[in-house]
Amino acid sequence: MIELLDYEFMRRALVAATFTGLAAPAIGTYLVQRRLALLGDGLGHVALTGVALGLLTGIAPLLTAVLVAAAGAVLIELLRTYGRTSGDVALAMLFYGGIAGGVLLINIAGEGAGKLNSYLFGSITTVSSGDLWLVGGLGVLVISLAVGLSPQLFAVCQDEEHARVSGVPVQAYSILMAVLAAVTITVAMRTVGLLLVSALMVVPVATAQQLTRSFRATHLTAMVVGLLAALGGVVTSYEINAQPGPTIVVLALAAFAVAALAGAIARRRRPATT
Amino acid sequence: MTVLAVRDASVTFEGRPVLRHVNLEVAEGEIVALLGANGSGKSTLVRAAVGLVPLDEGLVELFGTPLAQFRGWRRLGYVPQHSRAVAGVPATVQEVVMSGRLSRRPLAGLARTADHDAVTAAIARVGLVDRMRSPLAELSGGQQQRVLIARALAGDADLLVMDEPTSGVDHDNQESLAELIGGLVNEGASVLLVAHELGPMRSLVDRVVVLDDGRVVATGGVDAAVHEEHQQVHHHAVPPEPQPEVLGGEGVFR
Repeated sequence: MIELLDYEFMRRALVAATFTGLAAPAIGTYLVQRRLALLGDGLGHVALTGVALGLLTGIAPLLTAVLVAAAGAVLIELLRTYGRTSGDVALAMLFYGGIAGGVLLINIAGEGAGKLNSYLFGSITTVSSGDLWLVGGLGVLVISLAVGLSPQLFAVCQDEEHARVSGVPVQAYSILMAVLAAVTITVAMRTVGLLLVSALMVVPVATAQQLTRSFRATHLTAMVVGLLAALGGVVTSYEINAQPGPTIVVLALAAFAVAALAGAIARRRRPATT
Repeated sequence: MTVLAVRDASVTFEGRPVLRHVNLEVAEGEIVALLGANGSGKSTLVRAAVGLVPLDEGLVELFGTPLAQFRGWRRLGYVPQHSRAVAGVPATVQEVVMSGRLSRRPLAGLARTADHDAVTAAIARVGLVDRMRSPLAELSGGQQQRVLIARALAGDADLLVMDEPTSGVDHDNQESLAELIGGLVNEGASVLLVAHELGPMRSLVDRVVVLDDGRVVATGGVDAAVHEEHQQVHHHAVPPEPQPEVLGGEGVFR
C-alpha cells in the first residue's frame, strides 16, 4: 500500500483526490438542500466544452474548463431566476450543447477517444504538477468559502424569502454557489471525471443524511465520506487497473448502502427504546 | 413614530389586480391585524411591506426609509405563512432559529455567546426547548410554525411582520402566543399580523384593517371594524370565510 506513494503520479493523484473528496460534498450539501442536486451534472457537461476549447487553443484545459463552467453557472442561475416556463428546456439545451460542443471540438482538435474518456471519467496518471497547483488553489477556495460562509449559504438554501428579509443578497449568494459548483467540477475533473463529478457532490450527502440529524453534522460527515471515497477510489483503481471516476462512485454508493442499512436499524431501535 | 407605512400600493398578478391603492400604517408599539377572506390580498400586502412582492404603484417605508434604500434589516422580523423551511438536508430547530440572527452577525465567524443565548431564549419563548436538537421535519405543522416565530424573535427586531402566525397552532398555544406578542409589545416592539381569526389575540390588537378584493374596506378598533367587515362582506355576497383549522384544536405536542 505504502509503495504506491513511491510513484510521483500516484502522490499527485492522491493530493488531487483529497481536494476533490472534500470540495465536492462541501458545495454539494447546499445543492442538495436547495433541491438542485443535478446542477453539478449539467455543469460537468458544460465544462467539457471548456476542456475542448483548451485542447483546441493550446491553453491549459483545466483553466478554460473553469472559465466556461463558471460562465455556464452564472447563465444557469440567471435562467433559473428570470426564465419562465421554458427555463427547464433552456437548461437542458445548455447541457446538451455543452457535451455535444465539447465532443465536437475535441474531435476537431484531433484528439482521440482516449483523451475524451480521461476527461469524462478521470485518469490518475494525467495529473501534472501544474494541474495540481490549480486543483489545490481552487479546492482550498471552494472549501473555505463553503464552510466559512455556511450561515449565509444555509439561510439562502433553507428559506430564500426569509434570507431576503434578513438583508442577505440572495441572488449574489445563489450565483456564488453555482460558480463554486463549477469550480469544484474543474477540481474534480482529473480524479472523478466530468460525467461522474455530480455523484461525488450528491452521494456523500445522501450517505451522511442516513446517520445525522443536523445540517452541520450532515455537511461535515459528507465531506469525510467524500474524502474517503475519493482516496479509496484512486487507490482501488490503481490496484484493479480501472478508471478512478467509476471506482470512486461505486465506493461512494457502497458506503451509502451501508449507511442506509445502519440508519434503518438505528431508527428501528430508537422507538423501541423510548 | 410610524414604523411601517404603505402608501397607495397597487399590485397586479398576471393582469389581475390583487391590491388596489392600499394605505396602511403601523405606529411604534402598535399591534395591527389584517383581516379578510382568502384571496382578499392580505398576504400580498404583508409580503409587499417587507419587499418580497414588488409594487406596481405606491411606496413602502420602513422606519421612515423607502424600501429601496432600507438597510436596517436587523430591525425587522418576518414570519412567513407556510413553513418553507423543510429542505433537502435536515436542519435542527436550533439551526433554523439561528438563521434569525443573520442580520446581527458579521459576514464570517462562528456564532457568539450572545447569538446562542438569543436562540435559546427565542426557542424557550415558543415552548420548544425540549425539541431544540430535533430536525424540523420531525415536528408537527403547528410546532414548525412556532419555530418560524422563534426565528423571527431571535433577531430582537423592533417590528414583527407575521403572515398567519397562528395557522395550525392549537388553541392553548395560540393563547401562549398571544401572551408572547403582548410581552413583546410591552418591550417596545410593533407587530403587523395577518389573521383568519383573532382568537385569543382579540384583546391585544390595537387596530384592525379589513381587506376585501384588494381594497381596505374597514379599519379601526376590533369590534367596529369586524362589524363593518361583516356588513361589507355579506353585502357583496362573498361566501363565508372557511373555518380555520385552528378551531379543531389540533394537538401539536407529541
